[in-house]
Amino acid sequence: MKRLAAHYRLQMLITFALLLLWGVFAVASPTTFGGARIYRSFLSTIPVTLILALGMTMVVTLGEMDLCFPSVTAAAAYVFASLYSGFGVSAPVAALVALCAGALIGWINGLLVVVVGIPSIIATIGTQFFWRGLVLLAADGLAIALPELRGETLHFLLAGRIGEWGVPAQALWAVALALLLAFLLNRRPFGDAILFIGDNRNTAEMMGIPVGRVRIAVFALMGLLAAFAGILATFELNNWWPTQGEGYMLMVFASVFVGGTSAYGGEGTIYGSFIGAIIIGIIEAGIVSAGLVGFWTRLVHGLVILLSVSIYAMLARRRAR
Amino acid sequence: MEPVVRMRNIVKTFGSVRALQGVDLELYGGEVLALLGDNGAGKSTLIKILSGLHAPDSGEMQIEGRRVDWKHYSVAVARASGVETVYQERSLGEKQPLWRNVFVGRHVLKGFFRRIDVEREKAATMELLSGFLGLRGAGLNAESQVRTLSGGERQGLAIARAMYFDASIIVLDEPTTALGAGEVRKVLSFVDRIRSEGRCCVFISHELHHVHEIADRFAVMERGRIAAVRDRSDTSLDELARLVLLGGAVPPTERKGEDV
Repeated sequence: MKRLAAHYRLQMLITFALLLLWGVFAVASPTTFGGARIYRSFLSTIPVTLILALGMTMVVTLGEMDLCFPSVTAAAAYVFASLYSGFGVSAPVAALVALCAGALIGWINGLLVVVVGIPSIIATIGTQFFWRGLVLLAADGLAIALPELRGETLHFLLAGRIGEWGVPAQALWAVALALLLAFLLNRRPFGDAILFIGDNRNTAEMMGIPVGRVRIAVFALMGLLAAFAGILATFELNNWWPTQGEGYMLMVFASVFVGGTSAYGGEGTIYGSFIGAIIIGIIEAGIVSAGLVGFWTRLVHGLVILLSVSIYAMLARRRAR
Repeated sequence: MEPVVRMRNIVKTFGSVRALQGVDLELYGGEVLALLGDNGAGKSTLIKILSGLHAPDSGEMQIEGRRVDWKHYSVAVARASGVETVYQERSLGEKQPLWRNVFVGRHVLKGFFRRIDVEREKAATMELLSGFLGLRGAGLNAESQVRTLSGGERQGLAIARAMYFDASIIVLDEPTTALGAGEVRKVLSFVDRIRSEGRCCVFISHELHHVHEIADRFAVMERGRIAAVRDRSDTSLDELARLVLLGGAVPPTERKGEDV
């Protein structure tokens, strides 16, 4: 039991932090946090950040960075929107093509990193600008309204309100993906390879792990998840807009690091990122409903990030002894 | 006795550097062969070829009588055919739990989703800890991270892993470098265990007194060639030191055995 507690210390800590934060908000604005509306709103907005954070957890655990994903969400969603409204392609087919486009962009990122040998943070800064630019040119900088999406079955499956509680469908997708990725990372040889590559690429090579293939696959997976997140955002708002995804960049990294994944690679927690994304996601609403001006949001985000990573750094130092 | 590994005329060049210029070497079960030589003599290139990290330009290798097809030879294939290499500092994932390190690349999968059988792997790891490594009650368990192990314990874990997967050749790359005296004793006793189980150990080292104590044969490399092969029974520590210093160019005093 004691060993179990030590092993899950990080998970317990982050869960406790979320409960504490929620407690503070509930005391500060009991009417807002006592009702169901705010939770329904959380369940429709947080999943997009959450799904991106899940993918980023894999990338960071691998010992890499991906700064390209905001553009991938926009590019993939653009592929969907233009196929659907411009070419009359059916929604499921358009969505499938968009997912493939996202995976393809991620795969190209992987090739740039592994085959060409560019450090991932630099390669993905480049591709981030490139795909954003391409999409802006293709769309002529204009948004695409998709009001007819509302009637699609796929709309119900991706962004519908389910059951008498009206649970947003995207929340269920986020939970399902979190379970899937946690399984992949912790219980499959693929995840084992990610952990060892992030820990020490040389060791992984010596252990016969196909290092290059796994690294490329993780970038492709990030692209696929970014595309899915972009499609979800588009279905939620029945609209595609050219700056889509831009707001997620820092929120996603904040979620991953608040969750306790190590920036040095080789260690990562899907559960941590899950809770991290919720913490980052509820702060703004909590602050506004507590009657403070929205400007406080950034300050509190900063405080939460600094506080949590400081605690992790101290824990890691103690464990290293 | 049939050799476990037979290498014939192995040649490897890197650009204009001729790292190996036709190496012949045999490895036998139940022996410890020390691979000696200056830096750049070709020891590590030879080992990397044996363990599947590099393919040679030309040459032949047989493992247990079967000829190696270089096109399909890789680290994974080498491990599957019984060649296990323990590189100093690079054979274990520091932040990973012990059980993952034992089974990395060779996990036991179960069920419809082919998931890693964590319970079984942890149990097997605990057995290695209390059995081969003799670390019962040392505050370690299968979930401990490798970075909590001492240098000797790390070598031990990597050797235990190789034996668990029934490797017939275990290559140790400078296993005693930077270890304290007590840790060195531990590692040498692990090496002795490899031999007593009838397996072959290739021991690369610059520490001649460790090598002279534990090895049955010495192979001295010099500029990409095997310059001399000696048996322990007719080579004193002094002689060995001179051999290594002069790159094998020592006039034979009382040569027996299989010189090159």
